[in-house]
Amino acid sequence: MATKKAPERPNVSKEELLSYYREMLLIRRFEEKAGQLYGMGLIGGFCHLYIGQEAVVVGLEAAAKEGDKRLTSYRDHGHMLACGMDPKGVMAELTGREGGYSKGKGGSMHMFSREKHFYGGHGIVGAQVPLGAGLAFSDWYKGNDNVTFTYFGDGAANQGQVYETYNMAELWGLPVIFVIENNQYAMGTSVKRATKSTTLFGRGLAYGIPGEQVDGMDVLAVKEAGEKAVAHCRAGKGPYILEMMTYRYRGHSMSDPAKYRTREEVEKIKTEKDCIEHVRDLLTQGGLASEEDLKAIDKEIKAIVNEAAEFSKESPEPALSELYTDIYA
Amino acid sequence: MATQVLMPALSPTMEEGTLAKWLVKEGDTVKSGQILAEIETDKATMEFEAVDEGIVGKILVAEGTAGVKVNTPIAVLVEEGESADAAPALVAAPVAAAAAPVAAVAKAPVAVVSKASADWAEGTPMKTMTVREALREAMAEEMRGNGNVFLMGEEVGEYQGAYKISQGLLDEFGPKRVIDTPITEHGFAGIAVGAAWGGLNPIVEFMTFNFAMQAIDHIVNSAAKTNYMSGGQLGCPIVFRGPNGAAARVGAQHSQDYAAWYAALPGLKVVMPYSAADAKGLLKQAIRDPNPVIFLENEIMYGKSFEVPDLPDFTIPFGKAKIWREGTDVTIVSFGIGMTYALEAADKLAAEGISAEVIDLRTLRPLDYDTVLASVMKTNRCVTVEEGFPVGSIGNHLSAVIMERAFDYLDAPVINLCGKDVPMPYAANLEKLALVTTAEVVEAVKSVCYR
Repeated sequence: MATKKAPERPNVSKEELLSYYREMLLIRRFEEKAGQLYGMGLIGGFCHLYIGQEAVVVGLEAAAKEGDKRLTSYRDHGHMLACGMDPKGVMAELTGREGGYSKGKGGSMHMFSREKHFYGGHGIVGAQVPLGAGLAFSDWYKGNDNVTFTYFGDGAANQGQVYETYNMAELWGLPVIFVIENNQYAMGTSVKRATKSTTLFGRGLAYGIPGEQVDGMDVLAVKEAGEKAVAHCRAGKGPYILEMMTYRYRGHSMSDPAKYRTREEVEKIKTEKDCIEHVRDLLTQGGLASEEDLKAIDKEIKAIVNEAAEFSKESPEPALSELYTDIYA
Repeated sequence: MATQVLMPALSPTMEEGTLAKWLVKEGDTVKSGQILAEIETDKATMEFEAVDEGIVGKILVAEGTAGVKVNTPIAVLVEEGESADAAPALVAAPVAAAAAPVAAVAKAPVAVVSKASADWAEGTPMKTMTVREALREAMAEEMRGNGNVFLMGEEVGEYQGAYKISQGLLDEFGPKRVIDTPITEHGFAGIAVGAAWGGLNPIVEFMTFNFAMQAIDHIVNSAAKTNYMSGGQLGCPIVFRGPNGAAARVGAQHSQDYAAWYAALPGLKVVMPYSAADAKGLLKQAIRDPNPVIFLENEIMYGKSFEVPDLPDFTIPFGKAKIWREGTDVTIVSFGIGMTYALEAADKLAAEGISAEVIDLRTLRPLDYDTVLASVMKTNRCVTVEEGFPVGSIGNHLSAVIMERAFDYLDAPVINLCGKDVPMPYAANLEKLALVTTAEVVEAVKSVCYR
């Protein structure tokens, strides 16, 4: 395809590229399957798919270390898979089953894993921003060098609590990375229809927080920016903002006809900027992997996703006695 | 012409104060605006300026005197060549002008503590302290005992607390554990909840619970619901505390009682103490609780003194009401400042031959239904007393429970006394009318007793 950009950075190792490919593909296939299960009535309520944005979480997880924390909004399946949570547990939560991460009591928008330091899964737009700064506060208080990745969208970026948090995070020097996943649309409202201040990371400068805009469709660019932000935080220099320019291919949720943008716009991004195709090209055109190698990975991922889907159907619904458990710790 | 200088009211709830220090002496010439004295209120030490100019003819209240009522003459200003004795209607001996300072605060009504609800063993040494001191001591003790406990809020540190609850804590624990925040309730409540998930035990002070309206999303959606939504993985050990309800003439936006709102929410625990002993024991318990606790204080109660057990580690479990006074004719159920009216009414009723049992719920979630029901089954009559709005009140809820579980025991309908169904007015007479009163409690009890 003539419009596709030429593969870059051939100095990245084969293993690294393969792992990015695998992880991004897992998220995409998982989300596609979730979409199918939703259509079959096995998943209810809201279900927000991450398809298109995979490079953001995969690139940033590559810059993280054990002990780092992360949390995000309701568009959270990708973040969970990227930090190593079990696809079976995630899918079973989507179907509201006992084997889900929240025993079926949270659903698509509310999953957590202490083990993987994943703190949700938040349904109130922007609420995760101070919560993430609070997790960073706990590490700052304890004096370790962990950082917290706090993801939010361009829509949340207009919430007042984001700026309250910027102010305190910089004031106290909290080790938090604010990751704005700018996928251009807050549900159906484009960034330009919501603000005149469209360079979202730049708002942090008013509070003294450095930041930058990153090509969020390029996993290598994301990782590089993530490493810079992480180094800033671990050095005790306070928060950092990464504005990831990305795009969601699907509607806001499963029930969104996405009439606010053209089919051409979506197709153009898919053709020219797709994050998985980008890595695939780097691998094949750099001679690091053959079509057969990649097909084998595709097959492996498909098996994982199918297994997760099967588990999510077979896992029983939570026992009725679960209604009254876990209200209090 | 000689003029009297009167003890000023320096806060909405100040009724009396301590004349901490005179900055002028008899014979000094003072100008308008000059600082005459330092006066300690229940909240802070304030400088008191001269309104008129003149010569300090006589100082009527010696420095160090506590319990000086508002509007008591404290000095006389005279003009050149005039005698201090010329001051009109001079009160020779102002209240508490004696050298020995009297107790700075009014005593709470004497209560008869039943043995059944006693929270400490007989013979336990007691000390007298204010609710304010009890709250402070509870936080300090828990902070000493657990390095993960910290206090966060507006003016809790360098200012020493808007209501002096946190006075001295910054000095003892330092700025990392006593954290002054900007005026951003929504943001810092969220940060505190995140910190609790991260393994710390935050105490969040709201300058008033009226301001917690800015933060209520994090209290409800983030703190209260996440343990459930995570299948039990993410408990939130946090205390949100501060004054709640009406103070004195601070208007509709600063006077709401949120007890019933928070008590409606599964996932929260809700505490509203009346006495200093309960304030201390329940706050220590709240800080140790692995769940989010709403701890509703009252500005008017901060300065009230009670007996508090002098124990190294005194806590009170949640969900246990306290029977302050045993009785046989009627059950009066209240909590927080409402107990003031309930106990006063019980005294008055006793004089008229009506024996009232007075129950302090202390915690609204969990709520001690059993104690209330057992009492109502004994007395067959019930009046509830609270300051909050009447629709969806704690009293409404209790009435429903009593109806469901003790219907056949009732000899009269339960009466719910609440604040009136209006935004709190500012005018003194209207505010008084809007709040629940002892007289209303007496009247309601007589009504259910058909007297």
